[in-house]
Amino acid sequence: MTTRSQDIPDQSPKTIIERFWNRSLEFIVSIFDVPFRYLQRWMGMRRMPYIFVIPNLLIFGIFILFPMLLNFAYAFTGGSNFIPTERRWVGFDNFSKLLNCTNYFDPNTCSQDLFWRAVFNTSGYVIAQVALMVLVSLLTAVILNRRIKARGFFRSVFFYPVLLSPIVVALIWKWILQENGVLNGLITAIGFESVSFLANANWAQFWVVMISVWAYMGFYTLILLAGLQGIPSELYEAAKIDGANELQSFFRVTLPLLMPTMLVVLVLSFIRAVQIFDIVFAFTGGGPGTATQYLVQFIYDNGFASPTRQYGIATTASILMAGVLIIFTIVQLVLQREDNE
Amino acid sequence: MATISQFLGRTRGVNRLHSTDLFSYLYLILGTILMFGPMLWLVLSSFKSSAEIIKFPPRFLPYQQVMVDVDGYADPLPLFDVQIDGLSRQLVQIDLDGATATMIEPTNPSNTYSVRVEDRIPVETISFRFDNYVEGVQSFNFPLYFFNSVIVTVAATLLTLFVNSLAAFALSKYQFRARQSIFLVMLSTLMVPLSVILVPVFLVITQIGWNNNLLGVIIPAAATPTGVFLLRQYMLTIPDELIEAARIEGASEWRIYAQIILPLARPALAVLTIFSVMWRWNDFLWPLIVLSRSELFTLQIGLNSFQGELNVQWHLLLAITVVSLLPITVVFAFLQKYITTGIATTGMK
Repeated sequence: MTTRSQDIPDQSPKTIIERFWNRSLEFIVSIFDVPFRYLQRWMGMRRMPYIFVIPNLLIFGIFILFPMLLNFAYAFTGGSNFIPTERRWVGFDNFSKLLNCTNYFDPNTCSQDLFWRAVFNTSGYVIAQVALMVLVSLLTAVILNRRIKARGFFRSVFFYPVLLSPIVVALIWKWILQENGVLNGLITAIGFESVSFLANANWAQFWVVMISVWAYMGFYTLILLAGLQGIPSELYEAAKIDGANELQSFFRVTLPLLMPTMLVVLVLSFIRAVQIFDIVFAFTGGGPGTATQYLVQFIYDNGFASPTRQYGIATTASILMAGVLIIFTIVQLVLQREDNE
Repeated sequence: MATISQFLGRTRGVNRLHSTDLFSYLYLILGTILMFGPMLWLVLSSFKSSAEIIKFPPRFLPYQQVMVDVDGYADPLPLFDVQIDGLSRQLVQIDLDGATATMIEPTNPSNTYSVRVEDRIPVETISFRFDNYVEGVQSFNFPLYFFNSVIVTVAATLLTLFVNSLAAFALSKYQFRARQSIFLVMLSTLMVPLSVILVPVFLVITQIGWNNNLLGVIIPAAATPTGVFLLRQYMLTIPDELIEAARIEGASEWRIYAQIILPLARPALAVLTIFSVMWRWNDFLWPLIVLSRSELFTLQIGLNSFQGELNVQWHLLLAITVVSLLPITVVFAFLQKYITTGIATTGMK
């Protein structure tokens, strides 16, 4: 309960503000108290939790659960009409259209070549990014876990970019990498030709990976660091007594005990990587050509940007993507359970 | 190999200075340069003039040509170092005609010189100009976008906190029949990201009439399962005896929530507040879809459309980017500890 006012009134500004704050809070609470008290008398205490979950459940149901079901209404219907009831039932047409390829390793042979290009780009990106992300953040976490000076400072340094908005991240790097940007300045200063990073497909893909690792590695480093700090130091001492050298104790003690955390990092970074959109949207816009068009951009383009909206194609692609994400999450849960047993 | 093994095996508490320590510090310093360098470059560039900013190769610090007031001339004139007959002197330029510049002595304006363009070097000083900031803020509709972002962030965060904490209270402190199933359904949607349900959510929004309305950005993501989960886990640790005691004293369930549970759950609420502010301030994809009228743009959408223009005015763009970073940076500076421990324990962003 809030503090009762004292007998001798203290007039310092801080306590006045504090008292004002408490009074207004008390006021708000008591305004709400009237209808809630009435509700409670009418429904009984046992049913009050239902009242409490309703606001959240309502928003959740309307904006998450219901749309999830609606997704299927779009995926099994065709045409460019946005209202589901006015769309034509087409069964699995959208799925077969998306999956229709004569050769799955060549996007040009697919009826939805852009989709397959996005699939290939995304797969390449995910593999490169997740691998690099796990390696870099593990190395950083291991180093930060050592006895070093100014640990908090370095931790913040690596973490700060996590807070930046994707647009800002894209802008900063676009500014650095542009034709007459600072990186090309450095490159020409040491005697090389300047490179048009964003006009070259391979360079653009490379930088998308680098930038997203730059932006998010601090997040995974923190999680791994927490995992490392959870490993009791007695284990290392025991390993030492048993004659293990340092390398052995890293691979036999640290890594196995860090596995659950590594798994979390792997899954989180995978789920995030599959959904890459914002950074690339502002950074390359999908170009040059289709070099950095990824899955979510394919969904966005078909659903919201292209002149002929193909809602069926967009939602079908998103269902396929969700399928991959869910399978991966389930695999993680299963692995984790085995790990615990 | 031995050094690598020693390095990998090191944990906190072993204190010897070693070559691996050297490697660690080298790594950290290099890391600092890579992480902060781009930020520093952004900030330094934002102070450069529009002429300076397109110079290649770029210079590290912002320079500006020195301008001198000369008697008889209304505007300040640019100052140059000039070599004439082996003597170097400083002159101001009053006219430029092809390859020759007409220059005068600043102290004695009647002495005119004709100087070849390549013989004069501009006199420059390091100067941090705020012109870009002033002009950027004016030309870009910045105050409006900033205002929209603030509204969205504050309203959404308050709503999220209220709705999530009420639900978490019910799910953690009561036994009721639907409890388990509600909790499970929410948990299962944790793995379904917004990008999967873009089209149908947009349909719902348009049917309600919230497209091109800030409400359409604020409300849909307010019922975050993550938030409910985080708060519920914390509230489970609050002892039930407190609630029983309050009930005996005649407090209503609402009062128990507002005056016992909420104050005690403050640490978890703080973490959720920080996350919500971060999510909303930086949110891009959803506002991009909901808001198409430019007077409703949030800062991120505004920045993106500004940078997408054909002739990007980098000097203005960089300045407003820096301004857009300020709120998050200030929050980070003050709440750094909460943020880092919050992420380490809950693993969310």
